[in-house]
Amino acid sequence: MMSQLIDVHNVTHRYDHHKVLDDVSFSIEEGAFVGLVGPNGSGKTTIIKLMLGLEKVQKGSITAFGKPIEKFHNKGHISFVSQKANSFSRDFPATAKEVVSMGLTTKASVWRPTTKKYEYLIYEALDRVNMSEYAHHNIGDLSGGQQQRIFIARAIVNNPKLLILDEPTVGVDTENVEQFYQLLSQLNEDLGITLILVSHDIGAITTHVNDLLCLNKSVHYHGNPNDFESMTDEQRSKIYGHAMNTITHNH
Amino acid sequence: MLEALLNFEILRNTFYTGLIVGLLAPLLGTFIVVRRLSLISDGLSHVTLAGISFGLLMQKKYTLLMFTPFHTGILFSVIGAIVIENLRHVYKSFQEIAIPITLSVGVGLSVVFIALADGINTDIYAYLFGSVAAVSRTDLYVVLFTAIFVLIVIIFLYKELFALSFDEEFATVSGIRAKIIHYLFIIMTALVIAASIRIVGVLLVSALMTLPVATAMRIAKSFKQTLIFSIIYGEIAVILGLVTGYYFEIPPGGTIVITAALLLGLTLLVKKWYLAYIYRG
Repeated sequence: MMSQLIDVHNVTHRYDHHKVLDDVSFSIEEGAFVGLVGPNGSGKTTIIKLMLGLEKVQKGSITAFGKPIEKFHNKGHISFVSQKANSFSRDFPATAKEVVSMGLTTKASVWRPTTKKYEYLIYEALDRVNMSEYAHHNIGDLSGGQQQRIFIARAIVNNPKLLILDEPTVGVDTENVEQFYQLLSQLNEDLGITLILVSHDIGAITTHVNDLLCLNKSVHYHGNPNDFESMTDEQRSKIYGHAMNTITHNH
Repeated sequence: MLEALLNFEILRNTFYTGLIVGLLAPLLGTFIVVRRLSLISDGLSHVTLAGISFGLLMQKKYTLLMFTPFHTGILFSVIGAIVIENLRHVYKSFQEIAIPITLSVGVGLSVVFIALADGINTDIYAYLFGSVAAVSRTDLYVVLFTAIFVLIVIIFLYKELFALSFDEEFATVSGIRAKIIHYLFIIMTALVIAASIRIVGVLLVSALMTLPVATAMRIAKSFKQTLIFSIIYGEIAVILGLVTGYYFEIPPGGTIVITAALLLGLTLLVKKWYLAYIYRG
């Protein structure tokens, strides 16, 4: 039962009269490294917001960890790295360590663990992303790639079971992108964190993920990325290219 | 002044209140500044003025002494805070519009209440610019109660408030109840503004919430340091401002804010010299 972390069932979603998701169904297996790809405007961000409970499901249903999403109270099971991570104000007076500590709020209650325990968890997360030596640097002084590593550390410090990353490589320079994907593979293999990596760039991620989900308002492909790779261009364009054409018409 | 402090209770009360708001205003101010909501304190202070004028009117016309202008000021400030927070949800992409709306309604109401109370008197002057001799013992107790409430909330919700100020989306995803914490925070702000007005006055209360923070941000390396330095700068400004205000018979609002501004200028200069020295050496 728990092998399915997320189950999306017949979800349709509209903004005003504009349909962004049309009868979308899929499920996320525990331990998977899912690549969620689709062109711009394909509803990727919307489906993520629905899974995170940031927006209400209009039609259909989503189950998270065996519970309807409306009743699921996130106590650190699901974590998130947004594409807007580099849109925070660079002058914000916080160190890398303080940013990571924000990931521990769900552990917070009236009786909080001791500071020592916190410190240990924070440095463990910083070590994971190879950023311990930057713990006391101001977050605004770090490069885009380093900032994104800090945001990963913040997202994993609370030991989540599922980590959703929305276009995390935006703002990361190309030479560091490969390292970044390797870091994600490590999180998946070593820590057993289930990952959903959202990207508009299908070529860049198929070699890293083990489950591929192509979304363009509806699910166009869900399965092994190798099978997708071995398809002919014609077959692929039916799934993805055709979708691209639809977008072009909209302009 | 020391002698006067020992002899006159009302001066002592003012001094204690000054020390308390010198702590609370920059403490909340830090969260307000990093959330880019600096003007919220201006909006709330003008609503508080409406409450104070209402209280003055009531005192004058109906001699309702149970409710002082201080109490009605607090009441209006809290109502104003709830209105601002609601308006911020109504105008999602123009959240800052909530502030001029409440500010102008606050001034409008103040003008009406003051006129009905037959014009400006010395009382209102003290509320506008602060006073060194305005805090009664019961007022001091109200301020003390506010301080205890605010400090307890900040200690227990520090991580939540910090996370919400930095990245609201992430904070919400991690299960923080953003809405209720925002309400709690703005109500605390309203209480602290109402408490500060006795000392610095309506027109300058927002300066006490932002100037020390602006100064601290230039030299602090972390968020915690920013909080601590803001409070230190706030306290220095309040103490020096109250003392000079007392000696030169100037409303302390003016002297406190000028002290805070001088501290800001001095800090910027020292930092510039320091950096120049480092780069040269």
